[in-house]
Amino acid sequence: MASPTVAFLNRLFRRKLVLAAACVLLAFVLAALFAPWVAPYDPGALRVIRRLKPPSELNWLGTDEFGRDVLSRIIYGARASLGIGAAVVAISIAAGSAIGLTAGYFRRLDPPIMRMVDAVMALPDILLAIFLVAILGSSIFNVVFALAIVYTPRVVRVVRASALVVREQQFVEAARAIGASTPRILFRHILMNVTSPVLVQATFIFAYAVLAEAGLSFLGAGVPPEVPTWGEMIASAQQYADQAFWVVLFPGLAIVLAALSLQVVGDGLRDQLDPRLRKAL
Amino acid sequence: MWFSLARRLGSLLIVMFLVATMVFFLTRLAPGDPAAIMLGDQATPADVERLRAVYGLDKPVLVQYVLWLKEVVQGNLGQSIFLQRPVTTALAERVEPTFFLTLFSIVIATLIGVPAGIASAVWRGRAVDQVVSALAMLAANIPSFWLGLIFIQFFAVRLGLFPVAGYGDPGASLAERLAHLVLPAAVLGIVNSALITRFTRASMLDVLGDDYVRTARSKGVPETGIVLRHAFRNALVPIVTVIGLTIALLVGGAIVTETVFGLPGIGNLVVSAVLRRDYPVIQGALIAVAALYVLINLAVDLIYTLVDPRVRA
Repeated sequence: MASPTVAFLNRLFRRKLVLAAACVLLAFVLAALFAPWVAPYDPGALRVIRRLKPPSELNWLGTDEFGRDVLSRIIYGARASLGIGAAVVAISIAAGSAIGLTAGYFRRLDPPIMRMVDAVMALPDILLAIFLVAILGSSIFNVVFALAIVYTPRVVRVVRASALVVREQQFVEAARAIGASTPRILFRHILMNVTSPVLVQATFIFAYAVLAEAGLSFLGAGVPPEVPTWGEMIASAQQYADQAFWVVLFPGLAIVLAALSLQVVGDGLRDQLDPRLRKAL
Repeated sequence: MWFSLARRLGSLLIVMFLVATMVFFLTRLAPGDPAAIMLGDQATPADVERLRAVYGLDKPVLVQYVLWLKEVVQGNLGQSIFLQRPVTTALAERVEPTFFLTLFSIVIATLIGVPAGIASAVWRGRAVDQVVSALAMLAANIPSFWLGLIFIQFFAVRLGLFPVAGYGDPGASLAERLAHLVLPAAVLGIVNSALITRFTRASMLDVLGDDYVRTARSKGVPETGIVLRHAFRNALVPIVTVIGLTIALLVGGAIVTETVFGLPGIGNLVVSAVLRRDYPVIQGALIAVAALYVLINLAVDLIYTLVDPRVRA
């Protein structure tokens, strides 16, 4: 007997593209977790004598301007880039759900909360993020915090919209009638029923966060340069692009592949969780 | 209609007030005294005190906030620390490349997105649809700065078709300046075409199944006429909306793209202001960009009302 979860995954992965994207993601996650065992070289080891060497048997993806192995740096970069993405997702989902539930359930708090959300969303993602990092100072923690502030309003909107609908349903009324407390109604009944759209949002935010972190690092307003992230690799290597295209090409491909896989999995999840959308998009 | 317009203007003002407030107080959280930053390392404490008095930095924060807000309402965004001129002047000097970049990008994004979305909807489920959907998905997940670097390498350095970077010499003609925008606009247009493609496709699929389309087909209207005259016109409202939203997104995208291509636009100004901690410029640019964003949204809503009489009621 297949459990509901197994049945769900079966349906989700029936589409080959979603399965492929999930495999790519898994590969990235495993590479990030087991970087010291997977990476052929120490990502920080300088071998100036082998600087800017093209891809070869020794260095599959070539070497950078300090002779460091590009593949090893991409593998270690997955740690920072995906780690930051995951942390941004966790914080913005937690904060966004709490705020969105509050706005959706308590009618009086809805207008002020939503105007704040509008205000934050009136600033372009990357602009708000560099502003926040500039104020807070550049560190991994601050980049995560800044991006979480940028993406929390998206979660608030999704959770609030769902909460507004769920609030009016009979089982909520029933729960209230039998004397369930407000927190219980909020977390047991309403939150449980908005998990699908939140899960879909989570994969999208993950993809946006990976792209935004790369953008921040590129602009020099991201994590400190000693942390190897994909964006930082491109930024520091860009001046060597005409002598050695691989220093720019491969880290970029890693970003595209990771963000694309997240997006494909997110689309697959949405199609499965929300049958109404299956037709349109 | 007038009532709803007034209500929208009201909430627009509230949002702008919140943006300004947020920007002001967040900037106050920044480490370092603006007066000390302005004067550099050589300044004596007495100098710093004098400058703090000049800029009103010695007053309580709330008083500073009210004074600052009063200036902002009058269109005065303060004085740049590094550029020795008012922030509004600095913004005005940089507006041309950003304006044309955004304009060209939205044209390119629309020229890619709308036909691709229509084709994808008309041949739904066929190879065209799958290729278009895959490319749209890919485009949405390419970091624009990376695509920019690749384009520079290929089209400018290798093939020599376009200038590598910059905005021409100071005396360059408009045509010369605009030639510098081809590659950046292509990058920004491609990356931002994805959303337009997806919305056009969804919106066309919605109307292609409608009764009047079947009627037109049964009357013997040629397929091209059905798609373009009957279906597309009715699918236009969401498409116009998404094009408007894309313009707002482009403003953010322009920041990164300008940096890659060394264009002296607003984005470039903001990035260098962030790196130099020139807070008045950062504040001013944020407020200007947010104002642009809410105005674009308002314009989109108005066009929406004009295009679709049903919304007017």
